[in-house]
Amino acid sequence: MMKDITLGQYYPADSVIHKLDPRVKLVGTMVFIVSLFAFRSISCYILATAVLVVIIKISRVPFQFIVRGLKAIFILMMITVAFNLFLTPGTPVFRIWKLTITAEGVETAAFMAIRLVYLIIGSSVMTLTTTPNDLTDGMEKGLGFLKRVHVPVHEISMIMSIALRFIPILMEETDKIQKAQMARGADFESGNLIQKAKNLIPLLVPLFVSAFRRANDLAMAMEARGYHGGEGRTKMRPLEYKNRDKCAYLLMAVYLLAGGLVNYFVRF
Amino acid sequence: MKIVKAENLEYEYVKLDEDGKVESTLKAVDGVNLDVEAGDFIAILGHNGSGKSTLAKHINAILVPTEGTLYVDGKDTKDPDKLWEIRQTAGMVFQNPDNQIIGTIVDEDVAFGPENMGVPKEEIWRRVEKSLKSVGMWEYRSHSPNKLSGGQKQRVAIAGVVAMQPKCIVLDEPTAMLDPNGRREVIRTVMELNRQEKVTVILITHYMEEVIYADKVIVMDEGKVVMQGTPREIFSQVEKLKSLRLDVPQVTLLAHELRKSGLDLPEGILSIEELTAALEQCRAGKA
Repeated sequence: MMKDITLGQYYPADSVIHKLDPRVKLVGTMVFIVSLFAFRSISCYILATAVLVVIIKISRVPFQFIVRGLKAIFILMMITVAFNLFLTPGTPVFRIWKLTITAEGVETAAFMAIRLVYLIIGSSVMTLTTTPNDLTDGMEKGLGFLKRVHVPVHEISMIMSIALRFIPILMEETDKIQKAQMARGADFESGNLIQKAKNLIPLLVPLFVSAFRRANDLAMAMEARGYHGGEGRTKMRPLEYKNRDKCAYLLMAVYLLAGGLVNYFVRF
Repeated sequence: MKIVKAENLEYEYVKLDEDGKVESTLKAVDGVNLDVEAGDFIAILGHNGSGKSTLAKHINAILVPTEGTLYVDGKDTKDPDKLWEIRQTAGMVFQNPDNQIIGTIVDEDVAFGPENMGVPKEEIWRRVEKSLKSVGMWEYRSHSPNKLSGGQKQRVAIAGVVAMQPKCIVLDEPTAMLDPNGRREVIRTVMELNRQEKVTVILITHYMEEVIYADKVIVMDEGKVVMQGTPREIFSQVEKLKSLRLDVPQVTLLAHELRKSGLDLPEGILSIEELTAALEQCRAGKA
């Protein structure tokens, strides 16, 4: 049962967005986020909305999957909106007790809310259309330039992909240990929070021991199969830019340009 | 041509106390001499702690001998420059199938070895296809390893080693964590590799049934090689095996007991067919 959980939030579908090179999607998300914070007018946000809607349509991911991510930031968004609403100085429009709402406050709060919502939606589209493996591959290759400043890019991506492989195994193991300890009379349900945390010790200790043993075995198996870091390594499925990826980059440039022009020339 | 040659091989595990001083040492492998011909199927037997796994790890240069020398395909395992060549020559399959699969998809895992060797892309694809087909796992190439059975995982692990095109495969108790079905699958795969691809196989195990097909059986105890010979030669010495805390196959044991109680049976019977044939002969002789 625990074997079947999906990792990350990948939504399998057959779309151009799914097929894009992960590097393109990473860069695209970054570009989109930066543009959100650079834009300062309503017309710009209309442009961003249009782009986002088109991308979601093409990706064939159902809308409710995309907005699910918003739940997690709802409180954060409320706080940000409240702060902006009440603490921005300017012409007062409304007053409750000691709190004043200004026209500027309303404007910044609205922009901030839109930015946060679009930020989450934009990055959700990326994680929903990219498998975790592609994502790590894309990061390894896309951030390859960091190797020059001694960031262990290959190692980090290797660690991430191994973690992805072992999460389901360790989950299953947790399940097994939990049942075994329950059969021996362990109680994971009753008591207050501290008591409950203490009760987890008989679960966590064996889990850690086994995780270290697995790590040791895996390291040996990797060495036995000739693993010696990223140097001189080839790939079975190397990332290569195709025409659609180049098109995507072009569209990104067009978007930035259009956004810049609108931001500069249109005054509302 | 000797593919593996050990000369007075010794290995000591050293236990250090908290100050880094030597607390105790344990000689896991003690003066082992070993000759393995290319293309052979060798089985190494021994109960827990007999040093058989330690010996196996030497062949892949995961461990380096404390004393003596080990040559793999003519290369000294102590030579750090030859390390990667040796690991390519002698592949290794471990006991726990979960802990040796690195990829999140079957074919990516098989490609891991060749990728490390820097094999070009097209060649990797060719090798992955060939090795997955040779272990009968080609249909599962795009599955997640987590959804396979133990025997299937172990076959994927074998394919991962085969894709490196080694001359020799060392299997360190590959069936210890499998059910009887999985065990049969794995042993059949290993035997096919040996017969068809002429890969030298060194199988470490404590299941007697798995060694009767080997060309040569080596029995280890307390780090030393105590018996060497064909399966028939080894299993004809039931009493000695028992004193080494090893079981003999049921049929062999039955034949041995019958012989002790006076029946005229040959020593070292390995299969049910052999025993029935011998019993038939016995009866015909009496009648």
